[in-house]
Amino acid sequence: MGAIFRREVKAYFTSPIGYIFIAAFFAYCGIMFSYYSLNSGYTKLDSLFGSLLTIVIVLIPILTMRTISEEKRSKTDQCLLTAPISLGSIVAGKFFAAFLIYAIAVSITAVMAVVVSAFGQPDWNVIVGNIVALLLVGAAYIAIGIFCSSFTENQIVAVVISFVALIAASFMTTIGNLIPLDWVQTVFQKVSFGERYYSFTYGVFDFSNVVFFVSAVVAFLFLTVRVLEKRRWG
Amino acid sequence: MIEVVNLCKHYGDKKAVNNVSFKAEDGEVLGFLGPNGAGKSTTMNILTGYISSTSGKALIDGIDILENPVKAKQKIGYLPEIPPLYVDMTVKEYLYFIYDLKKCKLPKISHLQDICSLVKIDNVYNRLIKNLSKGYRQRVGLAQALVGNPKVLILDEPTVGLDPKQIIEIRTLIRKLGKNHTVILSSHILSEVQAVCDKIVVINEGRVVANDTEENLSHKLTGDNKFICKIDGNKDNVMRMIQSIDGVDKVYCDAEHKNNVCDYRIEADEGSDIRYELFKKIAENGWYMLELRSSEMSLEDIFLKLTMGEKIPALAADEEVEE
Repeated sequence: MGAIFRREVKAYFTSPIGYIFIAAFFAYCGIMFSYYSLNSGYTKLDSLFGSLLTIVIVLIPILTMRTISEEKRSKTDQCLLTAPISLGSIVAGKFFAAFLIYAIAVSITAVMAVVVSAFGQPDWNVIVGNIVALLLVGAAYIAIGIFCSSFTENQIVAVVISFVALIAASFMTTIGNLIPLDWVQTVFQKVSFGERYYSFTYGVFDFSNVVFFVSAVVAFLFLTVRVLEKRRWG
Repeated sequence: MIEVVNLCKHYGDKKAVNNVSFKAEDGEVLGFLGPNGAGKSTTMNILTGYISSTSGKALIDGIDILENPVKAKQKIGYLPEIPPLYVDMTVKEYLYFIYDLKKCKLPKISHLQDICSLVKIDNVYNRLIKNLSKGYRQRVGLAQALVGNPKVLILDEPTVGLDPKQIIEIRTLIRKLGKNHTVILSSHILSEVQAVCDKIVVINEGRVVANDTEENLSHKLTGDNKFICKIDGNKDNVMRMIQSIDGVDKVYCDAEHKNNVCDYRIEADEGSDIRYELFKKIAENGWYMLELRSSEMSLEDIFLKLTMGEKIPALAADEEVEE
């Protein structure tokens, strides 16, 4: 796992993807921070964090699109799959590498919190909770992105599938509301990633939400392993 | 040691590999020969655990690749048809990565240095793989397979894309490696297999059509009792004379050259040596023998014969025994 993790992290920075991802995230954060906090003199960061889900949905597919599809296209998967390591550690290595890049990008929000603290007394618990929430939702989305990338050899196809999947995951509640059955709506609401993320930005640190995101990560990474496994049997 | 027992791989209705069995002992180089699409790469991919078999077993040093993949893979170095290279890395970075990936225990720097000088890539060690030529990429692929000094080497068309000088170097290297590794290499280049391998498995449309050593393979098809003889003398008289020799079964005139010189193909009965008598008779008649050789088939002929679907009695009999 270590070898794959190191190679992946390096690959993010030898290709432009790592830089573009971080730069785009910083830029979007900067704009939202100036708009919601600096310009309106608002020392809470809840609206900033609320707005960040959009950019996460847009950028994560770009971060994860090449993870598995590229290996398949360039046949380098033959090298990984015939090496004496398990499929699980291949997928985990790729996941943690993408997560590291994401965490670097998210770290900018901590800087913003420090800037805000110069003008007022921020609630550090809420801010830490929000950062953790952003990391968790990102981790879950990275796992979904890697899963989508394992379906295809084509990065464009991977990016589109993951984009659609992430929009669906984020706005489950809206989709559920189209169906006029109470229990269906409740189910959709329970599995809505967006709903669970927003509850953090309101300042509620619900442990069940943490469990939800962590299980989503495990579930989608496991499914990715199954897809790779299935391909061997195809 | 590699043992393959009744290996099958089906893609839907298509049988890519159909009941393939063979065995390669330690220190043996086994050549896997067949036309394009015969199932060579599929078999190799199964052996290395890249894909699974539909049925049958593949044992690497006695370990089943499906039952205990991690342990079996530790013993394998694999060079696939297209070398699995990360083109955005330098050769050095790539080999370091492979070293870590295989969780290799040998001293890192000296081990990789040894491999690089063995396959002659020291001079491109710090260059990006992207910028290397096909021949160098192939050799980096070979280097990758050698990392960790695995007991079994599986090489899928290792000399593709190399120039003639490099081909000879790589063949020499493979023969050297064959002394203390088990090597399986696939190829559709016959001279390569002939030059390097101890044992040959010919495969066509997913089936093994022949499995033997190179000498036996050509011997079985021809035997010691067939000769090609070039004689200077009147054709009809020569034919009649040869026919009259004790033990001659059939005689054909294969080719007529200038000035009464002809090539004759002589088939003699098993166990009889007609060469002395033939020589004496020719001299007595005042003719000249210009050439006498046993008409062994080259591997090319065998290969074509086997893969064109013509059953050869000697081999067909063998197959039945095996089944």
